[in-house]
Amino acid sequence: MITLDAVYALAGLLFMGVALAVGLDPQERRGLVRAGFYFLLAVSFLLGGQLGDAANGALVLGLVALAAGGALDGTESDRGPRTDYQPAPAWKLFVPALTIPVVAMAASLVLPQIRVGGAPLLSPVAKSLPAMAGLALGVLVALGLAMSLLRRPLTDPVQSARGLMQAVGWAALLPQLLAALGAVFALSGVGTAVSHLAAAALPSPDRFSVVLVYCLGMALFTVVMGNAFAAFPVMTAGIGLPLIVGRYHGDPAVMGAIGMLSGFCGTLVTPMAANFNLVPAALLQLRDRYGVIRAQAPTAALLLAGNTALMYFLVFPKP
Amino acid sequence: MHAHGTDLLPLIGVGVLVVGFMVRLNPLAVVAAAAFATGLAAGLSPLQVLSALGKAFNDNRYVSLIWLVTPVVGVLERAGLRDRAREAVARFRRPGGGLLSVGQLLLSYFVLRQITAALGLTALGGQAQMVRPLIAPMAEAAGDAQAQPRLTPDQRDLVRAHAAASDNVAVFFGEDIFIAFGSVLLIRGVLAGGGHEVSPLSISLWALPTAGLALLIHGVRLLRLDRRLRRADP
Repeated sequence: MITLDAVYALAGLLFMGVALAVGLDPQERRGLVRAGFYFLLAVSFLLGGQLGDAANGALVLGLVALAAGGALDGTESDRGPRTDYQPAPAWKLFVPALTIPVVAMAASLVLPQIRVGGAPLLSPVAKSLPAMAGLALGVLVALGLAMSLLRRPLTDPVQSARGLMQAVGWAALLPQLLAALGAVFALSGVGTAVSHLAAAALPSPDRFSVVLVYCLGMALFTVVMGNAFAAFPVMTAGIGLPLIVGRYHGDPAVMGAIGMLSGFCGTLVTPMAANFNLVPAALLQLRDRYGVIRAQAPTAALLLAGNTALMYFLVFPKP
Repeated sequence: MHAHGTDLLPLIGVGVLVVGFMVRLNPLAVVAAAAFATGLAAGLSPLQVLSALGKAFNDNRYVSLIWLVTPVVGVLERAGLRDRAREAVARFRRPGGGLLSVGQLLLSYFVLRQITAALGLTALGGQAQMVRPLIAPMAEAAGDAQAQPRLTPDQRDLVRAHAAASDNVAVFFGEDIFIAFGSVLLIRGVLAGGGHEVSPLSISLWALPTAGLALLIHGVRLLRLDRRLRRADP
C-alpha cells in the first residue's frame, strides 16, 4: 500500500539532489551553507516521520537559522533561467508541460479506485494522498516524456530544479512553515481570542450588523490564520449559528457557502497564504514581494462587499 | 469578563507577524518568532512550543510537495518553453483578426480555470506548473505587443502579478461549486455539528452567486488593465 511517505521520499531525494548540486558547484559562494539548507529539507522529507516532535522542531530551527543567515540570498539563478541553446520545437515543450496537470488530474481520480490483492493501492488514511500521488505521477510521466523528446543530459532535471528552487529562495519553505504556525496558533487559543474580538465588535445585533460582522470576521480571521478553513468553524459557532440561524432563522446553507467565500476574500490579501500570494511573486521574480496581493486586493474588497450584500439579501426567510 | 486580558495575550504572535512582514525581515525567521511568542504567551514551555512546531511542520510536509514539479518545469524552461509560450500568443487571434490583449488573454484563462475548478478539476492550473512557464510569458508577450513600445519594468511586473492573480481568483471562486471539494464538506460538517443537516448540493449551489460576481468584478478589472497599459506612462 502506498502512503504519503512514498511521495515524501521522492521529494526528499529531489531536495538531496539539489543539496548535492549546490554543494559540489565550485562557483557557488558559501556552497556548504547553501547546500545545508536543502540537506536539512531532504532529511525532513526522508526521515521526518521517524524523528520525534522535538527533533523535528530542532530541524525547523536549523532551517530557519540557515535561511536567516543568508543561505538563500542572492544566488546565481537570480539572473533568470538560462536558455543556453536554440528553443526546442514548440510541441516537444507544450506536450510534456500539459502532461503534468492532465496526468495529475486523471491519476488523482483513478488511483484511489485501484485495489491490489483486495487492499486499496493508496492508503485511505491521508485525505491529500490521491492529489499528491497524482501530482508525483504527473511529474514522473512528464519528466520521462521531456527527457526522451529533448535528449538533455541526465543531470539536467536536478540542475534545473536547483535553479528554480534557488530563484524562489525562502518562499519555497514559507507555506509549510506558516501551516505549522497555524497549528501553534490554534493550540495557543488565537482562534478563541479572535472570535472574542469579533463578538465584542458587534454593535447592535440587528440583521445587517450580524451578517456584516460574520462576513468581515471570516475575512479578517482568514487574514490572520492564512486559511479560511481555520476561520470557518470558529466564526460559525461564535456568530453564524447562534445569531444568523438561531435568532433570525437564516438558511444555514446560504450562510455557510457565502461565509466561506468571504473567508477566501481574506486569503487573497494575506501574506499568511504564502503559497498563493508570496510564492508566485517569487516564481515570477516580482521586485515587490506583495505584488500579487496588490493585484488581488481590489477584487477581494469588492467581492467581500458583494458577499455581504448577497448574504443579507439571500440568507433570511422572505416575510 | 475581565479574563479577556489573558485571552488576548496569544495574539502577540499576530503582532510579531505584522511588524516582521512590514519591515521585511526574513519571513522564515518572523514566522518562527511568532510561533514562540504566541506559544509562550499562552503558557507553553519553550520545549512544548518547539515540539508543537516540529510536529505541525512534519504533518504539513504535503504543502511543499508542489516543488516536485521543479525538475520537469525547469528542464522545459531551459529548453525554451517560455520563449515558445510567448510566440504562441501571436497565433491566438480574435474573431476580428487582431492580437489578444493582456486582459482578454487573462480573462480567457480565468474563465477556463473557473469552469474546470467548478467541475473538480483544480489540478488543471497552478502557479508553478501553469502560470510561471506558460500563462505569465504569454501575458507578457501580449503586453509587449500592445504597449508603446514595450512594457516598462513596472508594467511587466504588473502583468505578471495579474497572471498569478487570475489563477488564484478563478480557482478560489470556482472550486466551491464542486460538491466534493474540501470546503463544501467542511461547511457541511460544521453545520451538522451545530444541529443543521444541509445537503452538499445546496451549499455548492449557493456558491454560484459569488462565483458570478467574482467573474464580473475580476473580468472588468482585467479589461481595465488593458487601458492602463495602453496609456503612455512617463
